[in-house]
Amino acid sequence: MLEIVNLKAGYRGVPALQGVTLEVHKGEIVGIIGSNGAGKSTLIRAISGLIKPTEGTITFKGTRIDTLPSHEIVRLGIIQVPEGRHLFGKQTVEENLKLGAYLIKDEKKIKDNLEYVYSIFPILKERKKQRAETLSGGQQQMLAIGRGLMSNPELLIVDECSLGVAPIVVEEIFKILKTINSQGTTIMLVEQKVHEALELAHRAYVLQTGRVVMHGTGEELLKSELVQKAYLGI
Amino acid sequence: MFIQLVVSGLLLGCIYSLISMGLSLIWGVMGIVNFAHGAFVMLAMYAAYYGDQLLRIDPLLFTPVAIVLLFLLGVIVYQIIIQYVVDGPYVSRLLATFGLGFFLINMAQFLWSPNFRTIKESMVHGVWKIGTVMIELPKLASSLGSILVAALVFLFIRKTRTGQAIQAISADKMGAALMGINLKRIAAFSFGLGIACAGAAGSLLATFYYIFPDVASLFGLIALVAVALGGFGSVEGAFLGALILGLVETLGGYYVDPNWKYALMFLIYLGIVLVRPQGLLGRGKV
Repeated sequence: MLEIVNLKAGYRGVPALQGVTLEVHKGEIVGIIGSNGAGKSTLIRAISGLIKPTEGTITFKGTRIDTLPSHEIVRLGIIQVPEGRHLFGKQTVEENLKLGAYLIKDEKKIKDNLEYVYSIFPILKERKKQRAETLSGGQQQMLAIGRGLMSNPELLIVDECSLGVAPIVVEEIFKILKTINSQGTTIMLVEQKVHEALELAHRAYVLQTGRVVMHGTGEELLKSELVQKAYLGI
Repeated sequence: MFIQLVVSGLLLGCIYSLISMGLSLIWGVMGIVNFAHGAFVMLAMYAAYYGDQLLRIDPLLFTPVAIVLLFLLGVIVYQIIIQYVVDGPYVSRLLATFGLGFFLINMAQFLWSPNFRTIKESMVHGVWKIGTVMIELPKLASSLGSILVAALVFLFIRKTRTGQAIQAISADKMGAALMGINLKRIAAFSFGLGIACAGAAGSLLATFYYIFPDVASLFGLIALVAVALGGFGSVEGAFLGALILGLVETLGGYYVDPNWKYALMFLIYLGIVLVRPQGLLGRGKV
Protein backbone atom coordinates (compact mmCIF):
# COMPACT_ATOMS: atom_id res chain seq x y z
CA MET A 1 0.00 0.00 0.00
CA LEU A 2 2.67 2.47 1.09
CA GLU A 3 6.20 2.06 -0.19
CA ILE A 4 9.10 4.22 0.84
CA VAL A 5 12.42 3.76 -0.93
CA ASN A 6 15.73 5.29 0.14
CA LEU A 7 14.08 8.38 1.61
CA LYS A 8 16.36 11.23 2.61
CA ALA A 9 15.18 14.47 4.16
CA GLY A 10 16.37 17.10 6.55
CA TYR A 11 15.99 20.59 7.88
CA ARG A 12 18.17 23.38 6.51
CA GLY A 13 20.72 20.93 5.24
CA VAL A 14 20.92 18.91 8.45
CA PRO A 15 19.96 15.37 7.43
CA ALA A 16 17.35 13.73 9.63
CA LEU A 17 16.60 10.77 7.37
CA GLN A 18 19.53 9.09 5.68
CA GLY A 19 17.91 6.61 3.34
CA VAL A 20 14.87 4.95 4.84
CA THR A 21 13.19 2.05 3.05
CA LEU A 22 10.00 0.54 4.39
CA GLU A 23 6.59 -0.64 3.36
CA VAL A 24 3.13 -0.87 4.85
CA HIS A 25 0.64 -3.44 3.60
CA LYS A 26 -3.09 -3.06 3.56
CA GLY A 27 -4.74 -4.02 6.84
CA GLU A 28 -1.57 -3.90 8.94
CA ILE A 29 -0.59 -2.03 12.04
CA VAL A 30 3.01 -1.04 11.45
CA GLY A 31 5.02 0.38 14.31
CA ILE A 32 7.80 2.92 13.89
CA ILE A 33 9.88 3.05 17.02
CA GLY A 34 13.01 4.84 18.03
CA SER A 35 14.22 7.41 20.48
CA ASN A 36 13.94 11.16 20.27
CA GLY A 37 15.69 12.52 17.21
CA ALA A 38 15.77 9.19 15.40
CA GLY A 39 13.84 10.73 12.52
CA LYS A 40 10.37 9.33 13.20
CA SER A 41 8.57 12.64 12.97
CA THR A 42 10.57 13.70 9.91
CA LEU A 43 9.56 10.46 8.23
CA ILE A 44 5.85 11.00 8.69
CA ARG A 45 6.07 14.70 7.94
CA ALA A 46 7.54 13.70 4.61
CA ILE A 47 4.73 11.18 4.04
CA SER A 48 2.12 13.88 4.71
CA GLY A 49 3.89 16.35 2.43
CA LEU A 50 4.72 18.80 5.21
CA ILE A 51 8.38 18.65 4.20
CA LYS A 52 9.85 17.74 0.84
CA PRO A 53 12.34 14.87 0.78
CA THR A 54 15.70 15.55 -0.83
CA GLU A 55 16.01 12.05 -2.26
CA GLY A 56 14.04 8.84 -2.57
CA THR A 57 10.42 8.10 -3.32
CA ILE A 58 7.15 7.63 -1.47
CA THR A 59 4.48 5.68 -3.32
CA PHE A 60 0.91 5.17 -2.14
CA LYS A 61 -1.26 2.66 -3.99
CA GLY A 62 0.92 3.07 -7.05
CA THR A 63 0.93 6.89 -7.04
CA ARG A 64 4.06 8.85 -6.24
CA ILE A 65 3.13 11.27 -3.48
CA ASP A 66 6.46 12.79 -2.47
CA THR A 67 5.95 15.75 -4.78
CA LEU A 68 2.31 16.41 -3.87
CA PRO A 69 1.08 19.14 -1.49
CA SER A 70 -0.46 18.02 1.81
CA HIS A 71 -4.10 18.50 0.83
CA GLU A 72 -3.67 16.23 -2.21
CA ILE A 73 -2.14 13.54 -0.02
CA VAL A 74 -5.08 13.78 2.38
CA ARG A 75 -7.41 13.40 -0.59
CA LEU A 76 -5.70 10.10 -1.47
CA GLY A 77 -6.58 8.74 1.96
CA ILE A 78 -3.48 9.24 4.12
CA ILE A 79 -4.40 10.97 7.36
CA GLN A 80 -1.93 11.97 10.01
CA VAL A 81 -2.85 12.47 13.66
CA PRO A 82 0.11 14.66 14.54
CA GLU A 83 2.20 14.70 17.66
CA GLY A 84 0.94 17.45 19.93
CA ARG A 85 -2.50 16.94 18.41
CA HIS A 86 -2.71 20.30 16.59
CA LEU A 87 -6.37 20.78 17.42
CA PHE A 88 -8.25 23.98 16.69
CA GLY A 89 -8.54 25.11 20.29
CA LYS A 90 -11.11 27.88 20.01
CA GLN A 91 -13.45 25.80 17.89
CA THR A 92 -15.88 23.32 19.38
CA VAL A 93 -15.34 19.58 19.50
CA GLU A 94 -17.92 19.09 16.77
CA GLU A 95 -16.42 21.82 14.58
CA ASN A 96 -13.04 20.13 14.93
CA LEU A 97 -14.54 16.82 13.86
CA LYS A 98 -16.31 18.38 10.90
CA LEU A 99 -13.05 19.94 9.77
CA GLY A 100 -11.69 16.40 9.72
CA ALA A 101 -14.22 15.72 6.97
CA TYR A 102 -13.28 18.91 5.11
CA LEU A 103 -12.83 17.14 1.77
CA ILE A 104 -16.12 15.25 1.98
CA LYS A 105 -18.94 17.09 0.22
CA ASP A 106 -21.75 14.65 1.01
CA GLU A 107 -23.56 15.95 4.14
CA LYS A 108 -25.07 12.54 4.85
CA LYS A 109 -21.63 10.93 4.82
CA ILE A 110 -20.27 13.55 7.20
CA LYS A 111 -23.16 12.86 9.58
CA ASP A 112 -22.60 9.11 9.41
CA ASN A 113 -18.89 9.55 10.13
CA LEU A 114 -19.71 11.85 13.02
CA GLU A 115 -22.00 9.22 14.53
CA TYR A 116 -19.29 6.61 14.00
CA VAL A 117 -16.70 8.70 15.83
CA TYR A 118 -19.18 9.44 18.63
CA SER A 119 -19.83 5.71 18.97
CA ILE A 120 -16.11 5.04 19.43
CA PHE A 121 -15.54 8.02 21.71
CA PRO A 122 -18.82 8.68 23.56
CA ILE A 123 -17.12 11.35 25.68
CA LEU A 124 -16.74 13.50 22.58
CA LYS A 125 -20.49 13.46 22.04
CA GLU A 126 -21.02 14.66 25.59
CA ARG A 127 -18.53 17.46 25.03
CA LYS A 128 -19.44 18.33 21.46
CA LYS A 129 -20.33 21.98 22.18
CA GLN A 130 -17.21 22.61 24.24
CA ARG A 131 -14.13 24.32 22.90
CA ALA A 132 -11.41 21.81 22.10
CA GLU A 133 -8.91 23.60 24.35
CA THR A 134 -11.09 22.91 27.42
CA LEU A 135 -10.72 19.13 27.11
CA SER A 136 -8.28 17.08 29.16
CA GLY A 137 -5.14 15.70 27.52
CA GLY A 138 -6.65 12.27 26.97
CA GLN A 139 -9.87 13.68 25.56
CA GLN A 140 -7.89 15.94 23.25
CA GLN A 141 -6.01 12.91 21.97
CA MET A 142 -9.31 11.13 21.36
CA LEU A 143 -10.56 14.20 19.51
CA ALA A 144 -7.42 14.25 17.37
CA ILE A 145 -7.88 10.59 16.45
CA GLY A 146 -11.62 11.07 15.93
CA ARG A 147 -10.93 14.04 13.68
CA GLY A 148 -8.54 11.86 11.69
CA LEU A 149 -11.21 9.20 11.26
CA MET A 150 -13.77 11.68 9.92
CA SER A 151 -12.48 11.40 6.36
CA ASN A 152 -12.55 7.58 6.14
CA PRO A 153 -8.78 7.25 5.93
CA GLU A 154 -7.20 4.27 4.26
CA LEU A 155 -3.97 4.81 6.13
CA LEU A 156 -4.04 6.44 9.54
CA ILE A 157 -0.70 7.64 10.83
CA VAL A 158 -0.75 8.15 14.58
CA ASP A 159 2.23 10.09 15.92
CA GLU A 160 3.07 9.82 19.63
CA CYS A 161 -0.51 9.51 20.78
CA SER A 162 0.61 8.53 24.26
CA LEU A 163 2.43 11.81 24.90
CA GLY A 164 0.94 13.69 27.84
CA VAL A 165 -1.84 11.17 28.30
CA ALA A 166 -2.50 9.16 31.45
CA PRO A 167 -1.37 5.48 31.13
CA ILE A 168 -4.88 4.15 31.62
CA VAL A 169 -6.15 6.33 28.80
CA VAL A 170 -3.26 5.26 26.59
CA GLU A 171 -4.36 1.68 27.09
CA GLU A 172 -7.88 2.63 26.07
CA ILE A 173 -6.66 4.49 22.99
CA PHE A 174 -4.50 1.54 21.92
CA LYS A 175 -7.50 -0.75 22.31
CA ILE A 176 -9.54 1.55 20.10
CA LEU A 177 -6.77 1.66 17.48
CA LYS A 178 -6.89 -2.11 17.39
CA THR A 179 -10.65 -2.01 16.82
CA ILE A 180 -10.34 0.59 14.09
CA ASN A 181 -7.71 -1.58 12.42
CA SER A 182 -9.88 -4.67 12.59
CA GLN A 183 -12.57 -2.67 10.79
CA GLY A 184 -10.24 -2.17 7.85
CA THR A 185 -8.11 0.92 8.44
CA THR A 186 -4.39 0.44 7.99
CA ILE A 187 -2.43 2.07 10.79
CA MET A 188 1.09 3.36 11.11
CA LEU A 189 1.93 3.84 14.75
CA VAL A 190 4.81 6.08 15.71
CA GLU A 191 5.63 5.60 19.35
CA GLN A 192 8.14 6.11 22.09
CA LYS A 193 6.24 3.67 24.29
CA VAL A 194 8.08 0.82 22.64
CA HIS A 195 6.69 -2.09 24.59
CA GLU A 196 3.03 -1.21 24.11
CA ALA A 197 3.57 -0.31 20.47
CA LEU A 198 5.29 -3.61 19.67
CA GLU A 199 2.55 -5.57 21.37
CA LEU A 200 -0.03 -3.87 19.20
CA ALA A 201 1.85 -3.79 15.90
CA HIS A 202 1.91 -6.62 13.40
CA ARG A 203 5.29 -5.47 12.17
CA ALA A 204 7.62 -2.70 13.19
CA TYR A 205 10.69 -0.78 12.10
CA VAL A 206 13.34 0.49 14.47
CA LEU A 207 14.78 3.87 13.50
CA GLN A 208 18.14 5.11 14.74
CA THR A 209 19.80 8.31 13.58
CA GLY A 210 17.74 8.43 10.41
CA ARG A 211 18.17 4.81 9.37
CA VAL A 212 16.14 1.64 9.73
CA VAL A 213 18.39 -0.55 11.88
CA MET A 214 15.99 -3.42 12.32
CA HIS A 215 12.60 -4.61 11.33
CA GLY A 216 10.41 -7.62 11.93
CA THR A 217 7.17 -8.68 13.57
CA GLY A 218 6.26 -7.07 16.87
CA GLU A 219 7.01 -10.29 18.68
CA GLU A 220 10.43 -10.74 17.07
CA LEU A 221 11.45 -7.22 17.98
CA LEU A 222 10.25 -7.58 21.55
CA LYS A 223 12.58 -10.55 21.89
CA SER A 224 15.54 -8.99 20.08
CA GLU A 225 18.56 -7.95 22.03
CA LEU A 226 18.78 -4.54 20.37
CA VAL A 227 15.25 -3.53 21.32
CA GLN A 228 15.48 -4.97 24.80
CA LYS A 229 18.74 -3.17 25.53
CA ALA A 230 18.11 0.13 23.84
CA TYR A 231 14.43 0.71 24.47
CA LEU A 232 13.08 -1.61 27.10
CA GLY A 233 15.94 -1.38 29.53
CA ILE A 234 16.02 -5.13 30.09
CA MET B 1 -22.35 67.43 24.71
CA PHE B 2 -20.80 64.32 26.20
CA ILE B 3 -23.52 62.08 24.76
CA GLN B 4 -23.17 63.82 21.44
CA LEU B 5 -19.46 63.01 21.39
CA VAL B 6 -19.98 59.42 22.45
CA VAL B 7 -22.51 58.93 19.66
CA SER B 8 -20.19 60.48 17.07
CA GLY B 9 -17.31 58.42 18.39
CA LEU B 10 -19.21 55.16 18.16
CA LEU B 11 -20.42 55.96 14.63
CA LEU B 12 -16.85 56.57 13.55
CA GLY B 13 -15.68 53.53 15.50
CA CYS B 14 -18.06 51.25 13.59
CA ILE B 15 -16.44 52.18 10.30
CA TYR B 16 -12.94 51.79 11.78
CA SER B 17 -14.10 48.38 13.00
CA LEU B 18 -14.84 47.15 9.54
CA ILE B 19 -11.40 48.24 8.29
CA SER B 20 -9.72 46.64 11.30
CA MET B 21 -11.62 43.41 10.92
CA GLY B 22 -10.10 42.91 7.49
CA LEU B 23 -6.62 43.59 8.81
CA SER B 24 -7.12 41.17 11.69
CA LEU B 25 -8.45 38.47 9.38
CA ILE B 26 -5.41 38.70 7.11
CA TRP B 27 -3.05 38.61 10.07
CA GLY B 28 -4.81 35.57 11.53
CA VAL B 29 -4.65 33.50 8.38
CA MET B 30 -1.24 34.36 6.96
CA GLY B 31 0.68 36.19 9.65
CA ILE B 32 0.99 39.28 7.51
CA VAL B 33 0.46 42.77 8.84
CA ASN B 34 -1.02 44.41 5.79
CA PHE B 35 0.56 47.86 5.79
CA ALA B 36 -1.20 48.54 2.50
CA HIS B 37 -4.60 48.15 4.12
CA GLY B 38 -5.33 51.87 4.24
CA ALA B 39 -4.38 52.18 0.59
CA PHE B 40 -7.17 49.76 -0.31
CA VAL B 41 -9.62 51.87 1.69
CA MET B 42 -8.40 54.85 -0.33
CA LEU B 43 -8.78 53.02 -3.65
CA ALA B 44 -12.34 52.10 -2.74
CA MET B 45 -13.04 55.74 -1.89
CA TYR B 46 -11.85 56.79 -5.35
CA ALA B 47 -13.85 53.98 -6.93
CA ALA B 48 -16.94 55.23 -5.10
CA TYR B 49 -16.09 58.80 -6.13
CA TYR B 50 -15.90 57.92 -9.80
CA GLY B 51 -18.97 55.72 -9.43
CA ASP B 52 -20.76 58.83 -8.24
CA GLN B 53 -19.23 61.22 -10.80
CA LEU B 54 -19.33 59.09 -13.91
CA LEU B 55 -22.08 56.56 -13.30
CA ARG B 56 -24.25 58.54 -10.88
CA ILE B 57 -24.34 55.69 -8.38
CA ASP B 58 -24.56 56.80 -4.78
CA PRO B 59 -21.58 55.60 -2.66
CA LEU B 60 -23.91 53.77 -0.31
CA LEU B 61 -25.33 51.77 -3.17
CA PHE B 62 -21.88 51.44 -4.69
CA THR B 63 -20.72 49.50 -1.61
CA PRO B 64 -21.56 46.01 -2.97
CA VAL B 65 -19.69 46.88 -6.15
CA ALA B 66 -16.71 48.08 -4.11
CA ILE B 67 -16.79 44.84 -2.14
CA VAL B 68 -16.61 42.73 -5.30
CA LEU B 69 -13.95 44.92 -6.95
CA LEU B 70 -11.71 45.02 -3.91
CA PHE B 71 -12.17 41.30 -3.25
CA LEU B 72 -10.91 40.57 -6.75
CA LEU B 73 -8.09 43.07 -6.36
CA GLY B 74 -7.14 41.39 -3.08
CA VAL B 75 -7.01 37.95 -4.69
CA ILE B 76 -4.88 39.32 -7.54
CA VAL B 77 -2.48 41.02 -5.11
CA TYR B 78 -2.22 37.75 -3.20
CA GLN B 79 -1.42 35.84 -6.38
CA ILE B 80 1.22 38.23 -7.70
CA ILE B 81 2.86 39.40 -4.46
CA ILE B 82 1.73 37.96 -1.15
CA GLN B 83 2.02 34.25 -1.90
CA TYR B 84 5.73 34.69 -2.60
CA VAL B 85 6.49 36.33 0.74
CA VAL B 86 4.07 34.46 3.00
CA ASP B 87 6.64 31.84 4.00
CA GLY B 88 9.55 34.26 3.87
CA PRO B 89 11.26 36.04 6.75
CA TYR B 90 9.28 38.60 8.73
CA VAL B 91 11.10 41.54 7.17
CA SER B 92 10.16 40.57 3.63
CA ARG B 93 6.52 40.14 4.61
CA LEU B 94 6.59 43.55 6.19
CA LEU B 95 8.34 45.29 3.33
CA ALA B 96 6.14 43.73 0.66
CA THR B 97 2.93 45.25 1.99
CA PHE B 98 4.69 48.44 3.08
CA GLY B 99 6.03 48.90 -0.45
CA LEU B 100 2.68 48.10 -1.97
CA GLY B 101 1.05 50.75 0.20
CA PHE B 102 3.58 53.37 -0.90
CA PHE B 103 3.12 52.39 -4.50
CA LEU B 104 -0.65 52.68 -4.35
CA ILE B 105 -0.61 56.05 -2.60
CA ASN B 106 1.85 57.49 -5.08
CA MET B 107 -0.04 55.98 -7.98
CA ALA B 108 -3.17 57.72 -6.69
CA GLN B 109 -1.33 61.04 -6.50
CA PHE B 110 -0.10 60.58 -10.02
CA LEU B 111 -3.47 59.57 -11.46
CA TRP B 112 -5.83 61.71 -9.46
CA SER B 113 -3.60 64.48 -7.97
CA PRO B 114 -3.20 65.05 -4.23
CA ASN B 115 -6.23 67.36 -4.13
CA PHE B 116 -9.12 66.82 -1.75
CA ARG B 117 -12.36 65.69 -3.33
CA THR B 118 -15.78 65.24 -1.82
CA ILE B 119 -19.02 63.78 -2.98
CA LYS B 120 -21.35 66.75 -2.96
CA GLU B 121 -24.68 65.29 -2.11
CA SER B 122 -25.14 61.74 -0.93
CA MET B 123 -28.64 60.32 -1.09
CA VAL B 124 -28.73 60.26 2.68
CA HIS B 125 -28.18 63.75 4.02
CA GLY B 126 -29.26 66.05 6.79
CA VAL B 127 -29.26 65.76 10.53
CA TRP B 128 -31.41 63.82 12.90
CA LYS B 129 -32.11 65.55 16.21
CA ILE B 130 -32.88 63.58 19.34
CA GLY B 131 -33.11 66.08 22.19
CA THR B 132 -29.77 67.82 22.23
CA VAL B 133 -28.00 65.06 20.33
CA MET B 134 -27.51 65.62 16.63
CA ILE B 135 -26.80 62.67 14.43
CA GLU B 136 -25.47 63.35 10.98
CA LEU B 137 -27.39 60.97 8.78
CA PRO B 138 -24.60 60.22 6.27
CA LYS B 139 -22.42 59.05 9.15
CA LEU B 140 -25.26 57.03 10.60
CA ALA B 141 -25.90 55.34 7.25
CA SER B 142 -22.21 54.53 6.84
CA SER B 143 -21.99 53.13 10.35
CA LEU B 144 -25.04 50.96 9.92
CA GLY B 145 -23.65 49.78 6.60
CA SER B 146 -20.34 48.92 8.30
CA ILE B 147 -22.09 46.99 11.04
CA LEU B 148 -24.09 45.08 8.46
CA VAL B 149 -21.02 44.12 6.42
CA ALA B 150 -19.03 43.24 9.54
CA ALA B 151 -21.88 41.07 10.82
CA LEU B 152 -22.08 39.26 7.50
CA VAL B 153 -18.33 38.62 7.47
CA PHE B 154 -18.50 37.44 11.07
CA LEU B 155 -21.34 35.04 10.30
CA PHE B 156 -19.51 33.81 7.24
CA ILE B 157 -16.42 32.98 9.31
CA ARG B 158 -18.45 31.26 12.02
CA LYS B 159 -21.00 29.36 10.00
CA THR B 160 -19.65 28.30 6.62
CA ARG B 161 -17.27 25.52 5.70
CA THR B 162 -14.78 28.00 4.22
CA GLY B 163 -15.14 30.13 7.34
CA GLN B 164 -14.36 27.13 9.52
CA ALA B 165 -11.27 26.51 7.42
CA ILE B 166 -10.23 30.14 7.87
CA GLN B 167 -10.53 29.74 11.65
CA ALA B 168 -8.65 26.46 11.51
CA ILE B 169 -5.72 27.99 9.63
CA SER B 170 -5.61 30.93 12.05
CA ALA B 171 -5.48 28.50 14.97
CA ASP B 172 -3.08 25.90 13.61
CA LYS B 173 -1.62 25.94 10.13
CA MET B 174 -0.13 22.46 10.25
CA GLY B 175 -3.31 21.00 11.71
CA ALA B 176 -5.30 22.65 8.92
CA ALA B 177 -3.01 21.28 6.22
CA LEU B 178 -3.43 17.79 7.65
CA MET B 179 -7.22 18.14 7.30
CA GLY B 180 -6.80 18.50 3.55
CA ILE B 181 -7.37 22.27 3.58
CA ASN B 182 -5.64 23.93 0.64
CA LEU B 183 -3.71 26.59 2.53
CA LYS B 184 -2.89 28.72 -0.50
CA ARG B 185 -6.43 28.81 -1.79
CA ILE B 186 -7.91 29.73 1.59
CA ALA B 187 -5.18 32.33 2.11
CA ALA B 188 -5.95 33.93 -1.26
CA PHE B 189 -9.63 33.97 -0.39
CA SER B 190 -8.97 35.43 3.05
CA PHE B 191 -6.76 38.15 1.64
CA GLY B 192 -9.54 39.02 -0.80
CA LEU B 193 -12.10 39.02 2.01
CA GLY B 194 -9.91 41.22 4.22
CA ILE B 195 -9.39 43.70 1.40
CA ALA B 196 -13.12 43.58 0.61
CA CYS B 197 -13.77 44.76 4.20
CA ALA B 198 -11.46 47.70 3.56
CA GLY B 199 -13.28 48.28 0.27
CA ALA B 200 -16.73 48.33 1.85
CA ALA B 201 -15.48 50.77 4.49
CA GLY B 202 -13.91 53.00 1.82
CA SER B 203 -17.09 53.19 -0.20
CA LEU B 204 -19.15 53.95 2.91
CA LEU B 205 -16.65 56.59 4.06
CA ALA B 206 -16.79 58.27 0.68
CA THR B 207 -20.29 59.56 1.47
CA PHE B 208 -18.98 62.10 3.96
CA TYR B 209 -15.18 61.94 4.18
CA TYR B 210 -12.59 63.85 2.18
CA ILE B 211 -11.11 61.75 -0.59
CA PHE B 212 -7.38 62.21 -1.16
CA PRO B 213 -4.43 59.82 -1.65
CA ASP B 214 -2.89 60.23 1.77
CA VAL B 215 -6.12 59.32 3.52
CA ALA B 216 -4.63 55.83 3.15
CA SER B 217 -1.95 56.47 5.76
CA LEU B 218 -4.48 57.67 8.31
CA PHE B 219 -6.87 54.75 7.96
CA GLY B 220 -4.05 52.24 7.70
CA LEU B 221 -2.56 53.48 10.93
CA ILE B 222 -5.89 53.60 12.75
CA ALA B 223 -6.69 50.03 11.71
CA LEU B 224 -3.25 48.87 12.80
CA VAL B 225 -3.60 50.49 16.21
CA ALA B 226 -7.15 49.16 16.62
CA VAL B 227 -6.03 45.62 15.88
CA ALA B 228 -2.99 45.86 18.14
CA LEU B 229 -5.19 47.37 20.84
CA GLY B 230 -7.84 44.68 20.58
CA GLY B 231 -5.36 41.85 20.17
CA PHE B 232 -3.84 40.45 16.99
CA GLY B 233 -5.75 37.48 15.66
CA SER B 234 -8.98 38.32 17.46
CA VAL B 235 -11.68 39.69 15.17
CA GLU B 236 -13.81 40.65 18.18
CA GLY B 237 -10.81 42.41 19.68
CA ALA B 238 -10.30 44.43 16.51
CA PHE B 239 -13.92 45.51 16.70
CA LEU B 240 -13.56 46.62 20.32
CA GLY B 241 -10.25 48.36 19.64
CA ALA B 242 -11.77 50.32 16.79
CA LEU B 243 -14.74 51.48 18.88
CA ILE B 244 -12.35 52.68 21.58
CA LEU B 245 -10.34 54.62 18.99
CA GLY B 246 -13.49 56.25 17.63
CA LEU B 247 -14.43 57.38 21.13
CA VAL B 248 -10.95 58.65 21.93
CA GLU B 249 -10.90 60.57 18.68
CA THR B 250 -14.12 62.50 19.33
CA LEU B 251 -13.85 62.86 23.10
CA GLY B 252 -10.15 63.71 23.00
CA GLY B 253 -10.66 66.08 20.11
CA TYR B 254 -13.23 68.02 22.11
CA TYR B 255 -11.98 67.92 25.69
CA VAL B 256 -8.27 68.16 25.00
CA ASP B 257 -7.56 69.69 21.63
CA PRO B 258 -8.51 68.71 18.08
CA ASN B 259 -4.84 68.82 17.09
CA TRP B 260 -4.05 66.23 19.72
CA LYS B 261 -6.72 63.68 18.93
CA TYR B 262 -4.47 61.30 17.00
CA ALA B 263 -1.69 61.70 19.52
CA LEU B 264 -4.19 60.71 22.21
CA MET B 265 -5.27 57.65 20.27
CA PHE B 266 -1.71 56.42 20.05
CA LEU B 267 -1.05 57.31 23.66
CA ILE B 268 -3.97 55.14 24.80
CA TYR B 269 -2.68 52.40 22.57
CA LEU B 270 0.81 52.66 24.06
CA GLY B 271 -0.66 52.59 27.55
CA ILE B 272 -2.66 49.46 26.92
CA VAL B 273 0.02 47.48 25.16
CA LEU B 274 2.50 48.34 27.89
CA VAL B 275 0.21 46.70 30.42
CA ARG B 276 -1.22 44.03 28.11
CA PRO B 277 1.16 43.38 25.19
CA GLN B 278 -1.21 40.81 23.66
CA GLY B 279 -3.96 43.43 23.43
CA LEU B 280 -7.33 43.49 25.16
CA LEU B 281 -8.71 40.23 23.76
CA GLY B 282 -5.52 38.84 22.24
CA ARG B 283 -4.50 35.24 22.45
CA GLY B 284 -0.96 36.20 23.20
CA LYS B 285 0.56 35.04 19.93
CA VAL B 286 2.40 37.85 18.21
